[in-house]
Amino acid sequence: MNPISERQLRSALRGAAAEVDLGDATARLLDRAEDEGLVEVAYATADSPFGRLLLAATDRGIVKVGLPNQDVDEVLSRLAAEVSPRVLEAPRRLDRARRELDDYFEGKLTAFDLPVDWRLSRGFADKVLHAVARIPYGETLSYGEVAAQAGNPRAFRAAGTACGINPVPLIVPCHRVIQVGGKPGNYGGGPEMKRALLELEGSLRA
Amino acid sequence: MATLPPFQELLDEHARDVLGFLVASVGPHDAEDVFQETFIAALRGYPQLGHGGNLRSWLLTIAHRKAIDHHRAGSRRAVPAGSGEEVGGGVAVSDEALESAAPDGEIWKLVSVLPPKQRSAVVLRFATDMAYGQIAELLGSSEDAARRNVHEGLKKLRGELR
Repeated sequence: MNPISERQLRSALRGAAAEVDLGDATARLLDRAEDEGLVEVAYATADSPFGRLLLAATDRGIVKVGLPNQDVDEVLSRLAAEVSPRVLEAPRRLDRARRELDDYFEGKLTAFDLPVDWRLSRGFADKVLHAVARIPYGETLSYGEVAAQAGNPRAFRAAGTACGINPVPLIVPCHRVIQVGGKPGNYGGGPEMKRALLELEGSLRA
Repeated sequence: MATLPPFQELLDEHARDVLGFLVASVGPHDAEDVFQETFIAALRGYPQLGHGGNLRSWLLTIAHRKAIDHHRAGSRRAVPAGSGEEVGGGVAVSDEALESAAPDGEIWKLVSVLPPKQRSAVVLRFATDMAYGQIAELLGSSEDAARRNVHEGLKKLRGELR
């Protein structure tokens, strides 16, 4: 037999590697990581009429919804820094959220039944967003009214800021907070998306 | 503490290299198990990692250790009590491995029975094209020692095949 050449060694070692399916290996790894509680932030993407959404959950609930105009890598990096770097694409944990959002966009669902992890909202913004979470489907409040419900009727600007940094839009429906005159106003996902959501819910007066 | 990227990035960018390294180190049959061990260990330790630099080397260092664990467990299974200790220099390729080694298709079987540092050095060099400086860093040795490990490993492989 001839001595092994470096080239032969290189191709033999790589050839062996090709026998093992990386996709299978990572799928099983993910299952095991989930079983052992090592996926602290699970995420998945979901299609919507407005574009791709990013959904992320901890063991407490949905911690982040990234709207189509937000940069996915940036959102994931922030989750790594602010929640845990154990961030993995583990779509199964988001199955229910994806289903409910699908139904919502089709007009078949009017109230989400999903636990929310509130850890990314703090202080007055947290109070505002809890008030926002109580606004029913098809109804709206002004920024001042939400501020009042959060305990400070004069803080309508702060209420606007809180809506702007809402970590879980759609599920915490900040699109239901509008201007006093009835105009939709600003939205993290863009004013057109806000208008479309309000139209979907039948709460926009033409 | 430095900010660490989402762990998914490590998986996306380096899983193929880690799996390639392990297939060449422990063979295609056991590589997946050791791959799981490697990434589960990495995931456990990740939040405590003090730096975000050279994560590929960090992962391959864990893979190198897990491959050693795997070989140790294997030799404990195969060899009667008392001879389980690692021998630094010259573990001979077993007759069985020699007999089952085909000229090209199963070279990894010969590689897998090299002493640990030679095995990892050879695999890192030829399966992942790593520079000697990085191999040295990963094995915790000098660059000269890394070069020697690759050289000795190659010599052994050639000697055993002749």
